[in-house]
Amino acid sequence: MVSLDTTSLAIRSQAGTAGALLGRSTAVVGQTARRYGLLAGFLLAWQIGSTYGWINPTVFPPLDRILAATWSGVAGGALIDDVAISLQRSGLAFAAAVGLGVPLGLFMGQIRSVEQALDPILQFFRQTSALALYPVFILLLGLGEASKVFVIFWATLFPILLATIGGVKEVDRKLIEMAATFGASRSTIFRKVVLPASVPSIFVGLRLSATTALLLLIAAEMIGANKGLGFQVMNAQYNFQIPQMFAAILLLALLGLSANAALVALQRRLCRWDDAAR
Amino acid sequence: MTVQSAVRRGEVTVRDLSKSFTLNGRRLDVLRGIQLDVDGGEALAIVGPSGCGKTTLLRVLAGIEPPDDGSVLIDGRPVQGIGTERAIIFQEPRLLPWLTVLGNVSFGLQVRGTPKAEAESRARHYIRLVGLGDFESAYPRQLSGGMAQRVGIARALTVQPEILLLDEPLGALDAMTKLTMQEELARIWREENVTLILVTHDLEEAIVLADRVLVLPKEKGAASRVIDIDLPRPRDRSEARFVAMRRRLMAEFGLH
Repeated sequence: MVSLDTTSLAIRSQAGTAGALLGRSTAVVGQTARRYGLLAGFLLAWQIGSTYGWINPTVFPPLDRILAATWSGVAGGALIDDVAISLQRSGLAFAAAVGLGVPLGLFMGQIRSVEQALDPILQFFRQTSALALYPVFILLLGLGEASKVFVIFWATLFPILLATIGGVKEVDRKLIEMAATFGASRSTIFRKVVLPASVPSIFVGLRLSATTALLLLIAAEMIGANKGLGFQVMNAQYNFQIPQMFAAILLLALLGLSANAALVALQRRLCRWDDAAR
Repeated sequence: MTVQSAVRRGEVTVRDLSKSFTLNGRRLDVLRGIQLDVDGGEALAIVGPSGCGKTTLLRVLAGIEPPDDGSVLIDGRPVQGIGTERAIIFQEPRLLPWLTVLGNVSFGLQVRGTPKAEAESRARHYIRLVGLGDFESAYPRQLSGGMAQRVGIARALTVQPEILLLDEPLGALDAMTKLTMQEELARIWREENVTLILVTHDLEEAIVLADRVLVLPKEKGAASRVIDIDLPRPRDRSEARFVAMRRRLMAEFGLH
């Protein structure tokens, strides 16, 4: 099977060098157009529509004005502080959720009685919206940084925890038995079988949590903050600085995209063996 | 002690072995009063109708399942659980998908604390022995079923067991691959000087590989029969004596 694959690869690469370079670059352009064509069309329609007044330019200002507002915010340093504080809040909460959720999930997934005892309360907490609990956290921790970080931590903890537990529970028993027949101890089985086998589903939890972290970040910053990208979105809207509002939204989107890209890159590195990660 | 040093390593003795499982609250006898003697370096095949307990017997020999009654002795010493002198090959290759062929084959040695470099150099020898020298750095998902099973075989051989236990190791392979692998297992057994205990439902496979065939009856407690396969090696499937032996084994199962 593999030998067949390598032969066909060899034939293909020969055809590639024999064929014109033009063919390959056309293919790349075609692929890029298929992948990003719709997005480019959407942005173009926005720009033209707003410039010619087909859509309300006070609500949807032209893209060049949004980009200019973003640039002046970033270059002038006004938005940098907001990006920094937003990153700090969500990063701190996410790191804490990973630091608690992954080890706890690995532990809970291994010990059935612990998992069974904790599952109902976990399900209950998970189904309780973190935003609904935000006022409670504010009462407990005040309106400062602590309650903001905590509400993000709370919301990001559960996807990580549940994905890790699921990953550990779904490890093929036959692989564990195989390792045991070679005389592997419980801790060796954990390190060499259970942990690597759980990595793909832990990453599912991490990516889900990263998205949730940004979602909760905005919500938390819209209530009782005076800094941060979420605050800037609200603040710019109150002051009717619509390009500035979109600038903050754009930066939030970029933050989300880069967080996801970083996780995907890490996942590819750690799970080269996994088909789903490729 | 003097008696033990006289016997060849890898000798298996089973006395009055019984094993039952509880299924839906009912006791289910799987093995009752099993007796078995396997010489060191011998190749024994265990055949029998499904439900006769042949896989359970192998799992007890491997130490995965404890016996309810009776004893299993290896080189005169009673078996207590899993031991480093035995290695088992399962029906499925059971490879770790995140390790390369080299990583999988050296896995057994590495969990036993052998330094990585030494484990890998020993693993390489067995990877070549099963004919996968070019696939050392391939991942399991890149291998065919037959290749994956070879990796499983190499992994078991790398720990250099006295006793190799095989639980229908070729059962999931296609007919052509199976034929090749049977010949290879016969060759490996000759080269490695290891006791081989093979559970199979393939009578021809039993004749190709085994010195003796143990036929386990379906009725629990009934006497099991042992048939000597006194054919020259390597065995020729088309030879008259081979065909006659196959007919004889089939007659044991009431087939003609």
